[in-house]
Amino acid sequence: MKPFLRENIPTDLEEIPDAPAYEAGYLVTKNAGWRNVRPVIDPLKCTVCLNCYLHCPDGVIFRKDGRVEIDYDFCKGCGICKKICRLGAIEMEAEKNG
Amino acid sequence: MAVNAKTLNETEFFYGHKACAGCGGSLAVRIALKVLGENAVAVLPAGCMSAVGFNFPQLCFGNNAIISTFAGTASMLTGVQAGLRAQGITDFHAVGFAGDGGTADIGLQALSGAIDRNDDILYICYDNEAYMNTGIQKSSLTPFGARTTTTPAGKNIHGNLRPKKNMFEIVAAHGIPYAATASVGYINDFMRKVEKAKSIKGTKYIHILAPCPTGWGIKTDETIEIAKEVVDCGLWYLAEYENGRFTLNHRPKEFSSVKEYLKKQSRFRHLTDEDIDIIISSRDKKWLQLAES
Amino acid sequence: MAKKFLSGNEAFAYGVRLARPQVISAYPITPQTIVVEKLSEFVEDGSLKAEFIHVESEHSALSCAMGASSVGARAFTATSSQGLLYMAECLPYAAGGRFPVVMMNANRSTALPWNIYGDQRDSISQLDSGWIQAYAENAQEALDLALMSFYIAEHKKVSTPFMANLDGFVLTHTYEVADVPTQEQADEFLPSFETENKMSLTSPKNLAFSAGPDTNTFFKYKEHIGLLNVKEAVAEAEKRFAEIFGRQYSGLTESYKTDDAEYILITLGSISGLVREVVDKLRNEGKKAGLLRLRYIRPFPNEEIADALKNAKAAAVLEKDISFGNEGTVYSNVNSALHKAGISIPTSNYIGGLGGKNISAEEIEYIFSDLTRKKSEVKFLGIGGEDSGS
Repeated sequence: MKPFLRENIPTDLEEIPDAPAYEAGYLVTKNAGWRNVRPVIDPLKCTVCLNCYLHCPDGVIFRKDGRVEIDYDFCKGCGICKKICRLGAIEMEAEKNG
Repeated sequence: MAVNAKTLNETEFFYGHKACAGCGGSLAVRIALKVLGENAVAVLPAGCMSAVGFNFPQLCFGNNAIISTFAGTASMLTGVQAGLRAQGITDFHAVGFAGDGGTADIGLQALSGAIDRNDDILYICYDNEAYMNTGIQKSSLTPFGARTTTTPAGKNIHGNLRPKKNMFEIVAAHGIPYAATASVGYINDFMRKVEKAKSIKGTKYIHILAPCPTGWGIKTDETIEIAKEVVDCGLWYLAEYENGRFTLNHRPKEFSSVKEYLKKQSRFRHLTDEDIDIIISSRDKKWLQLAES
Repeated sequence: MAKKFLSGNEAFAYGVRLARPQVISAYPITPQTIVVEKLSEFVEDGSLKAEFIHVESEHSALSCAMGASSVGARAFTATSSQGLLYMAECLPYAAGGRFPVVMMNANRSTALPWNIYGDQRDSISQLDSGWIQAYAENAQEALDLALMSFYIAEHKKVSTPFMANLDGFVLTHTYEVADVPTQEQADEFLPSFETENKMSLTSPKNLAFSAGPDTNTFFKYKEHIGLLNVKEAVAEAEKRFAEIFGRQYSGLTESYKTDDAEYILITLGSISGLVREVVDKLRNEGKKAGLLRLRYIRPFPNEEIADALKNAKAAAVLEKDISFGNEGTVYSNVNSALHKAGISIPTSNYIGGLGGKNISAEEIEYIFSDLTRKKSEVKFLGIGGEDSGS
């Protein structure tokens, strides 16, 4: 199962489990704020070879409806995807607030 | 058919973690879990991957996962596989992910014990060549010449004075059913090795070189190319040990430049030409040995 | 039930077999070794179905047991002395992880100087690790404790690892007649291990994670409550035990002639048998002596101690450990219990049996005569001076 964002953040004594054991893949924060630059995919150049997907340390690149997309909630902007792309289909663009 | 980008399990099991941008170790963990699938039961010692993945309530493993003591990756894996088997559960993959310090230093005894017992586990060492989680201190897998925070490079001493321990051969010397080296720069090779290990009963060991941009002094987008280059210049080799035999998977026709590889990383920037010659001659000696075997 | 002539170690091993552990991690150390040898024989002859793991160290022994527990398997290990100290990192780890592993510890002196004989400095030095700590007096209690320890450790309100202590050699190697219950009786007593605190393929979890300053106290508080709940679990286990096996136990402590006693000696472990004899002798001489045996020291029996000592004129603690630079640790704990209960009587501390040194009936008599003085003191039995009983 892929970890996903949850609404509830357990903080009270009653909500805290008795043992340090909890539901797998329980996310309460994003990583978007880490980014100064964001990868942007040019769908016209992308051939969905998935090389970027394969090499992403954060696993934020995924296939959807025959296209490659990026989960910007968790992308840290490392730039590996741009470097690995043989077709030049990914550009790193400055974050507006970065 | 060998697993590849198109056939790989689309589910992400290691997600939302707080590893540094461009972290090679997190890529190794992510890919291995995708190959192993949802029945992976992962054990990670105190170290980078546990520090970035298990901060309650931010829990970044979609599969079963547990932090072990620093020295106890292999021994906890032993307990996990025995405990599951004792309950009649067999469709699982007990997998450990430990760094170089957790494997070659503090965890070596427990790893040796597990291999000796031939426990049914896959142990993956993600080697970033120093204690990165505590701030880049030397481990026994830090290569010769590397500057770390405990092997400073100054006028008198040029970084780490000792060569890298050969964990792959140490593990193979146990007569383990399967062992391999890998690099995140050759990810398809790594996937193939995990896939193979998945099908083998008994102890499996994969040692994957996983650059750390923070500790190595490279840009976050250079992780993959530097991990490829270390193989291409001959300072790391891709091999397997199976049924008592070594196989070299990749023999570069011509080595790329060791000097260029080293000079891209700030941890090696202080090295003199004489230092680099020592590194090159030790590489050549190793490859001579590999050619003979 | 069958009567067998068993050493303390063997009796404990029989008790463990009755509990049907699923994983046993074993590493030898004197004087514990016979327990794991015996269990390996049970596995070999098929009378015990368990994964028997030959670990390469005590650290791995407990790490392995935690791994087994983390997937819901019942796990057992055993150690002693240096081995307990070598696995020390794993002790608070198991307690904090709430893994109800059971471990037998053969009480033995700790180096340096090297010594393989019995004292209790090994386990008492680990009192703050979050484990339940019980001390058996004889082989029968050792066997019964082995079986009960799983019930108590795995109790829903407890979920805490259990360290069952047997005095090295004096108890571990001494042969006595013990009743060995049948497997049917044991199965009736002990349910199979059920827990939510596990990694399961149908309901994946992340275990043994980090908890920062905001939540850490909550986890530690719950760990503390888990240990406090042991008292209730012990009562429940012993009631059930008496119903099925017909043997009675008395909770965290055992009182012997304390009701009207003026002078009470508090101790733990195998020395209690001799103290009981001395109490009888003194009673025959018209002296109102009594014994309070601490069967558990974590959780600490604060109320039981206060209750037993409320009418006493003075009390002493005889223990086989010393917290260097201070006093015996059990003594510190007893004084705290008395202070909290508003009981103000003179108490004295006698340190004996270190490195296996024999404690004689005369020395125990001496303690009873010495503790009547109205002065609190810490004394090493057998060392110099007219006041030291040698």
